[in-house]
Amino acid sequence: MSFISVFVKYKALIVQLVMRDIKTKYRRSVLGLLWTVLNPLLMMTVLSIVFSYFFSKYGNIENFPVYLLCGQVIFNFFNESTSIAMGSIIHSGELIKKVYVPKYLFPITKVMSSGVNLLASMIALVIVMVVTRARVTPTVMLAVFPLAYVLLFSVGVSLLLSAVAVSFRDLLHLYGVVTTAWMYLTPMIYPMEILENAPRWVVFIVNANPLTAFIKIFRCVVLEGVTAPAILHVQSLFWCLVSLVIGALVFRRAQDSFILKI
Amino acid sequence: MKIENAIEVQDVSMCFNLSREKVDSIKEYVIKALKRQLFYEEFWALNDISFEIKKGDSVGLVGMNGSGKSTLLKIIAGVLKPTKGTVHTTGTIAPMIELGAGFDHDLTARENIFLNGALIGYSQEMLEERFDDIISFAGLERFVDVPIKNFSSGMLARLGFSIATIVDADILIIDEILSVGDYQFQNKCKKRIREMMDRNTTVLFVSHSIEQVKEICKRAVWIDKGHIRMMGEAEEVCDAYEDPREKG
Repeated sequence: MSFISVFVKYKALIVQLVMRDIKTKYRRSVLGLLWTVLNPLLMMTVLSIVFSYFFSKYGNIENFPVYLLCGQVIFNFFNESTSIAMGSIIHSGELIKKVYVPKYLFPITKVMSSGVNLLASMIALVIVMVVTRARVTPTVMLAVFPLAYVLLFSVGVSLLLSAVAVSFRDLLHLYGVVTTAWMYLTPMIYPMEILENAPRWVVFIVNANPLTAFIKIFRCVVLEGVTAPAILHVQSLFWCLVSLVIGALVFRRAQDSFILKI
Repeated sequence: MKIENAIEVQDVSMCFNLSREKVDSIKEYVIKALKRQLFYEEFWALNDISFEIKKGDSVGLVGMNGSGKSTLLKIIAGVLKPTKGTVHTTGTIAPMIELGAGFDHDLTARENIFLNGALIGYSQEMLEERFDDIISFAGLERFVDVPIKNFSSGMLARLGFSIATIVDADILIIDEILSVGDYQFQNKCKKRIREMMDRNTTVLFVSHSIEQVKEICKRAVWIDKGHIRMMGEAEEVCDAYEDPREKG
């Protein structure tokens, strides 16, 4: 059965799984879903107070709160979705042992529920743009591209991680270290100019980093009001393809043995 | 596959790799690999199992603990791929292997009906339409919006059975579930299973209660240490299984 027809067949299940994640995440908290908007707002406020002072010597970044939030929503989505999706197969163990469901639905629905959070954090971005009187240009419509890239990239990484984590559980702990390092190698908070005097390999990694490309495109269209250079789109598509192909291949090879290991 | 058959099991064998100690972290894997301790031991849970079940038939699987009954059920339900051999099934399968596997304990009964129903493959419209029937069969009218972590195991079993049997599946797989719930609910379940059988649902039933197998099933398969020991009329097979001379 083709991938699309499986998706159509299990549409109801996908909706239910995503709704389950959202409902259980904010159950019994007074502000509920509002936290998804408040959280990035508060983080952005703290970070921009501290770092706009630190980075002032690299010349004034135009509208630092928006600059920061652009990086933050992309990176946080990637971090959250992959971290949660990584354990999705292990945590659905009871289910996988009993009912036949395409197993890739578990990591993919986790990415989708993080995607709902991503959309909510877009509200935070809009609020900050309004408050800081940011210039809004028609290019903001192009923001769907970087968002689609980071979504596809996260799906690939999630497939890979969720499959590998079944065999090697300690990766769940290790991944926290990886994402922290990844954050520092992503220009989420700092301006690219800060890397002027950095070793060449650091500059290379930061530039090769897929998230850097997504964030740069996002900032171009949202903050600067220009279309992003084509090379960034090529780079983004390349990374999405790599992650999806590797993720799908590894997951397919591993999926029949999940039931024996969970 | 023959048209009159609901389930065809052909030469199915299942082999598990029993690593002597379960290795599930990189650290252990590296240490064990360095010490050359990554031995695997083969364990054949099922050997050359073949049988056919006709549409509308009801078959009981009997056997000791560890004889391979649950492995066979998982293979028929499609969650486990056999090492050798093939299984063919026709139509929809309603799995009820240990009820409530698809429940989320933080959600209410109402939300779980839709989640669990979606897992079995029911459409949301149908679930909405039959919602009241599901609740009333389970006898949970007063607890519709209570998170199910506050439910007793009997209440969960009732809810699970009620969801799984709300429409007639082509194949119903029942594993040890009638042991939960009071006798009143057990009778209700048996009645519903018989009604489904009358409407041509194929039933595959696993229980340690020989009484229940005799009561519900027409035929039975006795599995012993991964082999089929006997197959035939339920009465006959169950009597042989219970015969003390046959044991050991």
